[in-house]
Amino acid sequence: MNRLVVGAHYGLKDWLAQRVTGVVMAVYTLIVLAAAMGGATASREAWQAFMANGFIRFISFLFIVSLCYHAWVGIRDIWMDYLNSAALRVILHVLTLLALVGYAGWAVQIIWRL
Amino acid sequence: MTNANRTVQFKIYRYDPDQDAKPYMQDISVEIESTDRKLLDAMVKLKAKDDSIAFRRSCREGVCGSDAMNINGKNGLACLTAMDSFPEGKPIVLRPLPGLPVIRDLIVDMTQFFKQYNSIKPYLINNDPPPERERLQSPEDREELNGLYECILCACCSTSCPSFWWNPDKFVGPAGLLAAYRFIADTRDQATSERLDDLEDPYRLFRCHTIMNCVDVCPKGLNPTKAIGKIKEMMVRRAV
Repeated sequence: MNRLVVGAHYGLKDWLAQRVTGVVMAVYTLIVLAAAMGGATASREAWQAFMANGFIRFISFLFIVSLCYHAWVGIRDIWMDYLNSAALRVILHVLTLLALVGYAGWAVQIIWRL
Repeated sequence: MTNANRTVQFKIYRYDPDQDAKPYMQDISVEIESTDRKLLDAMVKLKAKDDSIAFRRSCREGVCGSDAMNINGKNGLACLTAMDSFPEGKPIVLRPLPGLPVIRDLIVDMTQFFKQYNSIKPYLINNDPPPERERLQSPEDREELNGLYECILCACCSTSCPSFWWNPDKFVGPAGLLAAYRFIADTRDQATSERLDDLEDPYRLFRCHTIMNCVDVCPKGLNPTKAIGKIKEMMVRRAV
């Protein structure tokens, strides 16, 4: 069956999410930069104290989740733009999702262990 | 260079599928007069010199949109491109609009482009019985259609859009989306929600990554990116 099909009726949520997660990452970057300039990264102990702070843990988690969601939409767009085979797209979508979820868990585990 | 005749060099994409194994670039020059102000004037001279060169043109004043082509690497209308806008001493490079199948020389097959345009239902949908004279709008509501209805469907924008190059069968493209918003924005249209439903799609609308090539090339100075943004904004307003 080679009929062309469009009309999946999604896209708005991902488009909006990509914008929102972009803002979250930008704000987090500014906070970490400001903290670094304030001496929070001067020594290992200072780093550790900084990352152990409850608020920083909270926003670090948000940053990682945002990064992964943002990357999911972006990478999926690349597959959709450049790959014609639907089978190949499905495989790569799934692999991308699995990799990002795995990385998110791993990153959170590292950050929260500090 | 206002009074004297001068010779202009051209490099033109030539391809006649009946004769040529593959496309090639032809070097050709033509003498133009001071009254040949636009590129199209020079091309008409060129056609008189070598009548095998094929290109579309009709109104010669930026209304019909027939003579859209790739001029020195940028899409535009030959009839609106001034001859004195070209750097002197360099050949003017003319190619067909990118991304569409070439029928011959500078003539492309626009079927895919018009298919996308037709897919957005480019006509007013209103099931109320037509009034005796016309469906009225307030001046403010009418204002919203400015910058949308002027599109002449020359395809300069859609054929400069990489998303349209990769997915011309699925992505509506800037011209089609500008026209879609023209009807979504129209207070006399009753199919707004259906139109938004139709565009809520990862390919049809959301292939636009806002690189704004369309805005850069539009010979009528329109802004498809802005129209696309407004469609997305309406979708957000509808959803939250």
